[in-house]
Amino acid sequence: MHLANDQLAEPVIAIRGLYKRFGDRVAVDGIDLTVPKGICYGLLGPNGAGKTTTLRMIYGVTFPTSGRIEVFGLDIAQHRRSIRNRLGVTLQDNSLIEPLTPEENLRVFARYHLMDEADINQRVDELIEFLELSSHRDVPVRDLSGGFQRRLAIALSLVNRPELIVLDEPTTGLDPAVRLALWSRVRALRNEGATVLLTTHYMDEAERLCDRVGIITDGKLIAEGAPRTLIAETLAQDTIELDCSPQEEARLLDGLSMRVHRLRAGERLMLHVDHSVALIDHIRSRSTDDELHIIARPTTLEDVFLALTGTSLELGE
Amino acid sequence: MSVSPRHALAVWCRNASMYSRTWKWNLLPNFFEPVFYLTAVGIGVGAYIQEMGGMPYVAFLAPGLVCVSAMNGASFEVTYNVYVRLTFEKSYDAMLTTPIEPDDVLAGEILWALTRASIYGGSFFLIVVAFGLAPLPHSLLAIPVLMLTGLLFASIGMAFSVNVYTIDYFSFYFTLFLTPLFLFSDVFFPLDERLTPIWQWVAECLPLLHPVRLARAAFSGNASLPLVTWDLTYIVGLSTLLLAIARRGIRRRLTS
Ligand SMILES: Nc1ncnc2c1ncn2[C@@H]1O[C@H](COP(=O)(O)OP(=O)(O)OP(=O)(O)O)[C@@H](O)[C@H]1O
Ligand SMILES: [Mg+2]
Repeated sequence: MHLANDQLAEPVIAIRGLYKRFGDRVAVDGIDLTVPKGICYGLLGPNGAGKTTTLRMIYGVTFPTSGRIEVFGLDIAQHRRSIRNRLGVTLQDNSLIEPLTPEENLRVFARYHLMDEADINQRVDELIEFLELSSHRDVPVRDLSGGFQRRLAIALSLVNRPELIVLDEPTTGLDPAVRLALWSRVRALRNEGATVLLTTHYMDEAERLCDRVGIITDGKLIAEGAPRTLIAETLAQDTIELDCSPQEEARLLDGLSMRVHRLRAGERLMLHVDHSVALIDHIRSRSTDDELHIIARPTTLEDVFLALTGTSLELGE
Repeated sequence: MSVSPRHALAVWCRNASMYSRTWKWNLLPNFFEPVFYLTAVGIGVGAYIQEMGGMPYVAFLAPGLVCVSAMNGASFEVTYNVYVRLTFEKSYDAMLTTPIEPDDVLAGEILWALTRASIYGGSFFLIVVAFGLAPLPHSLLAIPVLMLTGLLFASIGMAFSVNVYTIDYFSFYFTLFLTPLFLFSDVFFPLDERLTPIWQWVAECLPLLHPVRLARAAFSGNASLPLVTWDLTYIVGLSTLLLAIARRGIRRRLTS
């Protein structure tokens, strides 16, 4: 990432004081967000956090209760058509024309962008190759596997060669191989200069794919930064996991001099510390169970996500 | 924002490319339906009813049935098909990620329903001509009439569909709305001979009555100018009103 350049260049998305209410329910509660050109930005958050609502406001089909959104330096409230002409959106749920083939779906979609026939022919071939759909080019969509359908849905959003690509949970429900393949396509698009804004529930995906992530809960952006920086700023670098009851925990951790961040989910206890070796030694010396299974691993974005959003989890220092 | 004709056409194209898949199967029953009606009435009912409205029964039926088939063509499109695209397929949500706006969606769908109405009504009309029941050339005026029928019923159906939240309501639409219209709109018997003046005024509210009366005028070649003016005003006026309602509804359904 070239932070200096990013900050000089005009951001692709600039959101100020965004607020959206549906009746009594506040879906987005004062978000400020800037997405510089050419990066992959990941929006993370639990179910119902307001991710899809935020995306819909960015491409202008949900109208903010208050706040301002600029895309490509243009106000979305005034330039919906011209902004949407330059971006592509993959919806959370595929919306494909089931009786038609991938090729026919692409052609229909290209017409929505008023592309001419010659351009459509070229672009259809490019996208079928880019998303490796050629083996299923002439198969009706309803006969395709979930992975192929999702790839086609993404291909549709690329038909107009968008400068900004918005992907709402692009890999939910896909097998690991398909996810890997899609990640490489997203990276390729970003490397060609496109800006990507995606949402995901997979923290490994965000960590590997995104230059920057923002975590939303209850409509508020509560943390933001590059995944590595965010991890370093929020939690210690090492994590150990073990199963134990709260009473056992008190005994195991008794007399501990180092600072530990605890997070419990049922029997599972996660401890974040700077140096796991000393902590493991301490626990082992106090444990009566010689077989006690302890996992030591680096702290991940998932830990940060759980620590920041885990409302149902017990937290403590 | 107002309608962009090229984007509306892209919406129309989407439906057309679906239809181009199945048109042979769709069109075939379309040709048989009028043949069945006309032969059944011609050799069956028509044998008992010598004359109606001053002409052989089968000739009396022809113009009304042409309108009914245009009505059905438009209605199926803007009810079940629109509802499926709106809720299950989410086609409109996909369109709205492109420069297409809700108004273009509405315009494209109405245009498409009109196309289907013209195909349905038009093929029925051809059969009626082949049976020698449509005196040419003046009955050719039935073609614009069946397009108006399409517009009217596309508008009614659309205003209904975008304000309905379960697919079950459509069976009400067909059995409690379209079926009585079909039976009581001057298609099967001349209303003015059977109804008391009060009820004739009530009957003027029925949407199908007006296209049928216009089609009858086209077939017979004589029309009363005030009546034609009233029928046209009714069709255009009601369509405009319902399109405005549909427009509000579709915006509410697609944007928030
Ligand atoms: N059109 C709407 N009318 C009423 N409430 C809505 C509407 N759209 C969203 N909401 C509400 O706004 C909140 C945020 O929803 P949103 O779909 O943005 O969440 P999300 O972060 O995308 O969740 P998920 O991860 O489950 O997709 C939810 O409480 C949802 O019920
Ligand atoms: Mg969502």
